[in-house]
Amino acid sequence: MEFVLAIIVGILATSAFYLMLRRSLVKVILGLVFLGNAVNLTIFSVARVTKGYAAFIPQNANTLEGTYADPLPQALILTAIVIGFGTQAFAIALFRKAFQKVGDDDLDKMNSTDIMCNEDVVGD
Amino acid sequence: MNSILSMPVVIPLFTGVMMLFFWKHRLAQRIINTIGSVVTLSIAIYLTWYVKTHGIQSLYIGSWQAPFGIIFTADLLTMTMVLVSAIIGFATSLYSLGTMDETREHFGYFPLLQIMQMGINGSFMTGDLFNMFVWFEVLLISSFALVALGSERRQLEGAIKYVILNLLSSSLFVVGVGILYGIVGGLNMADLARKIPMLPNKGIVNVMAMFFLVSFGIKAAIFPMFFWLPASYHTPPAAISAIFAGMLTKVGVYALFRVFTLIFITDITFTHNIILIIAMLTMLTGVLGAASQMEFRRILSFHIISQIGYMILGLALMTPLGIAGGVFYIFHHIIVKTNLFFVSGVVNELKGTYLLKKLGGVLKLYPLLGLLFLIPAMSLGGVPLLSGFWAKYTVAVAAVEKGEYLALVVSLFVGLLTLFSMIKIWNEVFWKEQKAEYATEQAKIKELPKFKIAMMFAPIIILAVITLFIGLNPQPFLDYANETAHQLLNPSIYINAVLGGQQ
Repeated sequence: MEFVLAIIVGILATSAFYLMLRRSLVKVILGLVFLGNAVNLTIFSVARVTKGYAAFIPQNANTLEGTYADPLPQALILTAIVIGFGTQAFAIALFRKAFQKVGDDDLDKMNSTDIMCNEDVVGD
Repeated sequence: MNSILSMPVVIPLFTGVMMLFFWKHRLAQRIINTIGSVVTLSIAIYLTWYVKTHGIQSLYIGSWQAPFGIIFTADLLTMTMVLVSAIIGFATSLYSLGTMDETREHFGYFPLLQIMQMGINGSFMTGDLFNMFVWFEVLLISSFALVALGSERRQLEGAIKYVILNLLSSSLFVVGVGILYGIVGGLNMADLARKIPMLPNKGIVNVMAMFFLVSFGIKAAIFPMFFWLPASYHTPPAAISAIFAGMLTKVGVYALFRVFTLIFITDITFTHNIILIIAMLTMLTGVLGAASQMEFRRILSFHIISQIGYMILGLALMTPLGIAGGVFYIFHHIIVKTNLFFVSGVVNELKGTYLLKKLGGVLKLYPLLGLLFLIPAMSLGGVPLLSGFWAKYTVAVAAVEKGEYLALVVSLFVGLLTLFSMIKIWNEVFWKEQKAEYATEQAKIKELPKFKIAMMFAPIIILAVITLFIGLNPQPFLDYANETAHQLLNPSIYINAVLGGQQ
C-alpha cells in the first residue's frame, strides 16, 4: 500500500512543480492544488497505513488494544485540507481579479512592479 | 493565572470580530481598533514583565497535559516577539488613522489588521509545531487580503508572487511536520527536543532540518528564496507595507531561531554551517540589490533581506553572544524598519511619489521629517550611539569570538553599503533640489488636517524615541538578550518548564 501511495505522491508532486513553473496563471493554481494533495497523501503514508482497524476503544476496556490506526495524522490532514481549501479559493479569486486588471494570464506580463521602479512607466 | 497567556491572541480576535459588527461605521471601527491595540500592548508589557520575573510559563489548552494537547508557551524569546509585535501593531494602528483611505477601510482593513496580529502572536506563543502551521496560515491569509486590498494593478501583481511562494512554503512546512510526526510520534516542541537526540537515524533528522530551513527560509526571505519580497512589499499603501516589513519576515526568523536552538541541534556542524553560509550570502545579495534600486520602498525592501542575514548569522554562530546579538538585532530591526516605511509613506503623502528621481528638496520644506528619517536610517546603517550600532557590534564580536573572520568582514562591508544606501536616499529625497519638471507639490503639510498630521507623525516619533532610548541605554536590553540566549542555548530549561518533572 505504501508503495502505491509513494508513486502517487511522486506523480502528483512532479506534475505540481511542472505546472507551477508554467507562465499561465491557471496552470499555476492547478499546480498549487496538486501540491496540496501530494502533501496530504505524504502525511497519510508516513504515519503508517493501517488497514481495517479503527481507533475505537472496545467496550469494557480502558485503553486501545492490539493494532489500530493512528487518528492524529488524519486530524492533521483534515486541518490541512480545510486550510488548503481556503487559501486556494482566495488564490483563484485573486488570479481572476489580476487577469481582469492585466488582461492577460501570462505571468511574464505581470512585471510592471519591476519596470516601474527604474523607468518612467506609470501604472494605472 | 496562566490563561492570561492566551490574551495576546484573544484580544486581537475579539477586537476584529467586534469591528465586523460595525461594518459600515468607519469611526466606530477606528475607535475599537485603537482601543484593541492599546489593550494588546499593555497585556504584552505585563506578560513580558511576568515571564522575566517568574520564568517560562505554559498554558495547557483544555487542560490536556503536554505532550498530548496543544500548549501555549511563553519564554523570553516569545515575549520579546510578542512585545515588539504589539508595539508595531499599536504604531501601525495610529499611522493608519492618518493615512488609510476610506475605500480600504470600508472593505475591512482594520479587522484584517487585527486578525493578522492574532496570527502573528499565535505563531509566537504556540508550543506545538502543527499549531504553528495553523497560525502561519491565519496570518498569511489575512496578509494576502491586505496586500491585495484596493486591487491596484501593481498590488495584484505583487500579491500573486507573494501568494504563490508563501503557499509553496506552507506546503513544505506541512510535509516536514508530517514526516517528523511519522518518525518521532509527537509534535509538541519540548517533546520533540527531548526525543530527537535519541533517534537512531541521524540522517533523517538532517533531512527534516533542511525541510524546515527551506520553508521558514522562504517566509524569512533568506538567500536564495527572497525574490517574492522586493516584488511585493512596495506595492500596498505605506501602513500595510510598514507592518509587513517589520513583522512578517521576522515570524520566519523567529521560527528558525526556535527550531534550530531547540529541536535540530543534534548535528550543529552540518546545519549551522549551512545557515552561516546562507547568512553571509543573504547579507551580500540584499545589500547589493538595494544599491541598484531607485525607488524609496524598494531600497528599504532589499535592506530587509540583508538585515535578515545578520539575525541568521547570530543564530548560525550558536554561541551565547551570537544568539544574544541575533535577538537584540531582531528587536532593534523591527522598530527601525517599520519607522523607515512610515517615513517613506509621509514623503509619498507630501510629494505623491516614491521614485527617487522625482523626489527632492524635502529637507528644506520639512526639516523635522529629515531628522526623523535620519534617526532610523543611521541606526540601520549602524552609526554609533544608535540601536543598530550595538546590534551590529554584538554580532560582530560574536563572530570574532567564534573565529569566523569571513563573516566578520562580510558583516562590516554590508554595514558600509547599508550606510551608502541610506545616504543615497538622504541625498535624493531630502538634500538635492527637486527637478523643475517634477515639482508638483501633492499637498502642503500646513494644509492637511491637524488630526492627520498628528496621526502620521506620532508613531514615527514614538518609534524614533525607542530607537534613541535603546541606542543611548543599551545595557538593560543587552542583559535581556543575554538572558534570552541563555534560555535558548539550554533547551532543558524549556523542556522542563513545559513537561514538568516527567522524563
